[in-house]
Amino acid sequence: MSHLRVDLRQRAEELVALYPRARSAMLPLLHLVQEQDGYVTEAGIAEVAALTGTTTADVRGTASFYEMFHLEPVGKYVVSVCTNIACLLSGGLEMLEHASQALGCTVGETSEDGLFTLEEAECLADCDIAPCVQVNHRYVRTTTPEAFDQMVGELRTGRRDHEIPSHGTLIRVRRAGGLRVTNAEVVEQRASAKAERDERAKESA
Amino acid sequence: MAVLDAPRIVTSRIALEDSYTLARYLETGGYEGLRRALSMYPEAVAREVDEASLLGRGGAGFPAGRKWSMMRRSPVSYLVVNGDESEPATFKDHLLIERDPHQLLEGVIIAAYALQVDLAFIYVRGEFALGLERMQQAVNDAYEHGALGSGIFDSDYSLDVVIHPGAGAYICGEETALIEGLEGKRGFPRIKPPFFPAAVGLYGEPTIVNNVETMSNVPWIILNGGAAFAALGEGRSTGTRLFALAGRVKQPGVYEIEMVKNTFRDLIYDPALGGGIIGDKAIKAFIPGGVSAPWFGPDLLDLPLGQDEVADKGSMLGSGSVVVFDETSCVVRAAWRITKFFAKESCGQCTPCREGSGWIERAMYRMEHGGGRMEDLDLLLDLCDNLAPGLGWPPQQTTICVLGSSIPSSVHSAIAMFRDEFALHVREGRCPFD
Repeated sequence: MSHLRVDLRQRAEELVALYPRARSAMLPLLHLVQEQDGYVTEAGIAEVAALTGTTTADVRGTASFYEMFHLEPVGKYVVSVCTNIACLLSGGLEMLEHASQALGCTVGETSEDGLFTLEEAECLADCDIAPCVQVNHRYVRTTTPEAFDQMVGELRTGRRDHEIPSHGTLIRVRRAGGLRVTNAEVVEQRASAKAERDERAKESA
Repeated sequence: MAVLDAPRIVTSRIALEDSYTLARYLETGGYEGLRRALSMYPEAVAREVDEASLLGRGGAGFPAGRKWSMMRRSPVSYLVVNGDESEPATFKDHLLIERDPHQLLEGVIIAAYALQVDLAFIYVRGEFALGLERMQQAVNDAYEHGALGSGIFDSDYSLDVVIHPGAGAYICGEETALIEGLEGKRGFPRIKPPFFPAAVGLYGEPTIVNNVETMSNVPWIILNGGAAFAALGEGRSTGTRLFALAGRVKQPGVYEIEMVKNTFRDLIYDPALGGGIIGDKAIKAFIPGGVSAPWFGPDLLDLPLGQDEVADKGSMLGSGSVVVFDETSCVVRAAWRITKFFAKESCGQCTPCREGSGWIERAMYRMEHGGGRMEDLDLLLDLCDNLAPGLGWPPQQTTICVLGSSIPSSVHSAIAMFRDEFALHVREGRCPFD
């Protein structure tokens, strides 16, 4: 019995098929687990290990290396405030302090209602709109405390959910077309395409 | 006065609202470069890029054409695009991925054709959720349009492109760490030699790793010729380049300008570019190329924006990110924050980097938060020297990758340029800028 939902399990199998080696699908698969469970769960780790032909130790060892994978539950909205150099020069530390008060939790903690987890982020590459804030890795572009508070109010009432999907959802666009073709197929297609082209060249000549 | 008459090579569409759609891309000359490339021999395509003398835009500035020519011959080889942009204050690739994904994709397809690989990966930073969606949509649309898949535009060339999401690790911008991430492992940089993935890369096969901006230049080069690209700029620094300007400037943003023809002063002060310092305050210092680069003072504002010009003065153009400090900015706090970043992002393989970054960070924290001592300056310089012996530029390496030797840049610069401010922190027992 698969831990992943039917649709996610199908996407997971497609992902594995996309790479020459199954283990390469590790990061995208862990993102799928987070999409379903909100964080990287034990059951999710076991399923990723089975899908990639690795052990749960391999999966946990890899997941724990990457900042975006949470090995413990997080809030519905993960709020990341950047305080790196460009944001530091534009009030990033002050924004982080404000966010901590507004959300009612310190950095790395989740608010009591389970809605928010606050993170101090490293540069999020949006430095011309500083200080930079992301919610569930979507840029919200609130650079003042007032704008931040308004955004939080909208999150609380669910009015931003159409643009800010639940935590862990990374790519809402599903891959379509051109699944990895085997080398033999490529050779065959090349030969037939070349034959067709030669045919066309002969006709036009 | 800034020289702004160069063509916009990679940012011609970004101001358009629907710049990321296939329809808009086709309307504005999209995939014409690919059609041209497919009518040429792969070697001829590579020659155009070589002639353009396109320097890699990721940070190291290695010529793309030369990199391609180093690819070991093998039945299986790969192209990997590095879209894991994480260098603090660098935000140009983010713009290209989100605003013009088809241009990047077209560059990738042309490069893959020149290299004759049939599988390419675009590694996009995980935090770019919207960028990942736009990139995936672009790939889907390209398959539908016949620009990807088997028999591209009725030629006998076939290619698959896979969008690979990262998961938050600065170190994965290092090409061998990126490959590890793509193999589903921790982002540990690989031991060198072999120095180049072109010899031993993904799954041990020859692999070319190129930056997003580098790839985005390729369609224009094929359409207009390598010579036209090489005619822009001067010396080794050809073409235009994206500069990500941030910090205490009135108009931070990404600007595409011709290389060498403009100076740092143009970039920071020209009304069409940075527009000057916020509140017309005095400039104190600036970082010329990402936080791994040593800082410059106002005396070097008139230095041209060229790879060799900046290298001659002991720093680097790196990732093209320019950060400006004004008289209200605390350089101790800035250097502390940069070190904190490196301490967090060190992958932990090499002792000098893993331990050294933490030591420097703690000493800098103490200095900024009122617990500093004058002896700490020597301690800090000693720690820096352990990471990059001699503290020269380019730095001596004591670690597997260049992250370790990049750590001292900011601290060493801050102490060398602003020793007085450190003394003030110590004397007052607090940050004078608080």
